[in-house]
Amino acid sequence: MYVAVKGGEAAIRNAHRLLAERRRGDRSVPSLTIAQILEQLTLAVDRVMTEGSLYDRRLAALAIKQARGDLVEAIFLLRAYRTTLPRFGSSVPLDTGAMLIERRISATFKDLPGGQLLGPTFDYTHRLLDPDMEDDDEPVDAGTVAVEREAVPRVTDLLGGAGLIEPDGVHDPEIPVGDLTREPLSFPADRDLRLQALARGDEGFLLALGYSTQRGYARSHPFAGEIRMGEVEIEIEIAELDFPVPLGRITVTECQMVNQFKGNGDAPPQFTRGYGLVFGHAERKAMAMALCDRALRARELGEELTAAAQDEEFVLSHLDNVQATGFVEHLKLPHYVDFQAELDLLRRLRAEHEARKAEDAAAVQIREAAE
Amino acid sequence: MTIRDESPAADEKRSPYNFAYLDEQTKRMIRRAILKAVAIPGYQVPFASREMPMPYGWGTGGVQVTAAIIGPDDVLKVIDQGADDTTNAVSIRGFFAKTAGVATTTRTTEATIIQTRHRIPEAPLSEDQIIVFQVPIPEPLRFLEPRETETRTMHGLEEYGLVHVKLYEDIARHGHIATTYAYPVKVEGRYVMDPSPIPKFDNPKMDNSPALQLFGAGREKRIYAIPPYSSVKSLDFEDHPFEVQRFEAPCALCAATGVYLDEVILDDRGGRMFVCSDTDNCEQRREAGHTGTAAGIGGESQ
Repeated sequence: MYVAVKGGEAAIRNAHRLLAERRRGDRSVPSLTIAQILEQLTLAVDRVMTEGSLYDRRLAALAIKQARGDLVEAIFLLRAYRTTLPRFGSSVPLDTGAMLIERRISATFKDLPGGQLLGPTFDYTHRLLDPDMEDDDEPVDAGTVAVEREAVPRVTDLLGGAGLIEPDGVHDPEIPVGDLTREPLSFPADRDLRLQALARGDEGFLLALGYSTQRGYARSHPFAGEIRMGEVEIEIEIAELDFPVPLGRITVTECQMVNQFKGNGDAPPQFTRGYGLVFGHAERKAMAMALCDRALRARELGEELTAAAQDEEFVLSHLDNVQATGFVEHLKLPHYVDFQAELDLLRRLRAEHEARKAEDAAAVQIREAAE
Repeated sequence: MTIRDESPAADEKRSPYNFAYLDEQTKRMIRRAILKAVAIPGYQVPFASREMPMPYGWGTGGVQVTAAIIGPDDVLKVIDQGADDTTNAVSIRGFFAKTAGVATTTRTTEATIIQTRHRIPEAPLSEDQIIVFQVPIPEPLRFLEPRETETRTMHGLEEYGLVHVKLYEDIARHGHIATTYAYPVKVEGRYVMDPSPIPKFDNPKMDNSPALQLFGAGREKRIYAIPPYSSVKSLDFEDHPFEVQRFEAPCALCAATGVYLDEVILDDRGGRMFVCSDTDNCEQRREAGHTGTAAGIGGESQ
């Protein structure tokens, strides 16, 4: 009874001890190492880095271990750490055209300069469970082939040369790129902020929204112009130096969607772009992001706003899984003060309802008696 | 890791985090938002809310406001549903005890900062106190109009007809206003404001309060405020004036009347009792010798 609301402190402590024990699991099984997560659950690490908005493989792996494999919880851990870091500048724009390619495919051209490179992909695997994986599996060495490095121009640059696709958006270098983690988001939001929000957004949410555009809710006839994955160099400008300084290399996946556009009064008929860029190897997310980016450009392109995926306020307000999970799960917190108020109101309304019914019944009786 | 300040807690305990967790730039940003909020009573000021180490929806707005205003000499009280010992209140109090090393209390009168979720303490607040509310949905018009772009315009134009229509529809349908908590108020005759999900029982305590009242919504990235001695009026109609909940029986533990009570279910045969929602108020009264009908069977603490 009254004790129910007491003793919170000890209960929390005990619950966390139990959590730690459950996380560890059977102690006769060796503890999972960070190196194992880093090396063997790489795609989970990539997702946590992308939606956690922090490129640090080791911390992402640690977060996955600490979160017992719950990736949204791991993303939350990484975000809560990221927010304490000072922001000392922004890099110069990545040159994904100069990427050290590990995978590059285009669905729009059979062959193109730089070629198609499948890289490590689940595509074309038969999804048959492999019993051999139950034991220590040692796959055959994939081998390496020495190849001449040739330029791998971006498909959109090839199309752009002929003016068939709209030019890449230009950002005025005098205006700093927006950052929704430092300034509160307001609507309408520009594309830089929209892309930042999409990059941090929940993969599942964006996947569903992107899918909805393919099924006719704001259809934009997309083609996967190009998906490329590999290492790019990060460079930063330092005030005292007149050349950018490399900070290091990161792996990213980039998706350029090419979409139909019939043109309007100002613009000729041409292809338009949807863009996706994420940390690590996260193709599904990059593609979904590109579909959503294109859908969100409806206002800019003068298209009719008909679907959820085009609704900037709807999409940007609900795509963040750290926010969403917090608010959905806050329903677990006690609400008995408000519930009490509702209970009181409901009892009153029901009493009034009963009284009215009784009155009506009495009135009917009197009328019947009179007849 | 963060830009370090000369804060005693950070030095003595070698915490990897700054005093009260947030870095000083973030605190300055939040303080600027608070100052603006105080200058425009009831207006929702957007601020760059941070991810906190507790989930959104669990008090991150209140925690950020508290972190921005707390100093080493402050005494902090944290309540949730009026109680100091509900799990989330315990967790937030522990967070500040750890990251700021400040003194904490459960006594309303001893606290300089009171962070709360869903209640205002029964004991009157003073000029030396600041009360910080945790707010889930800061926009009082949100459930009438889901779009932020629209609601901001409505506030700008002072276009509050929709709220009155909603209240009128309640009266037409139920005979009285069917909003029992988060009951909208008008501050200083200008902005309609969400008082956070406190029961409307607590609304009158906001009016002309000597304490500064600050509201933080972390997920929605808004801060707003009621400066001391401001007029806070609950919306109503001349022929349907605002009224608060009344309880039939006094608190079963301390016999208090005119306070907000929680219903406690005693068994599965409909047995129940009503006890103070404000646990501190209840304890103070029992210490002073007040006893209710069920004083012998409850109230033990751990």
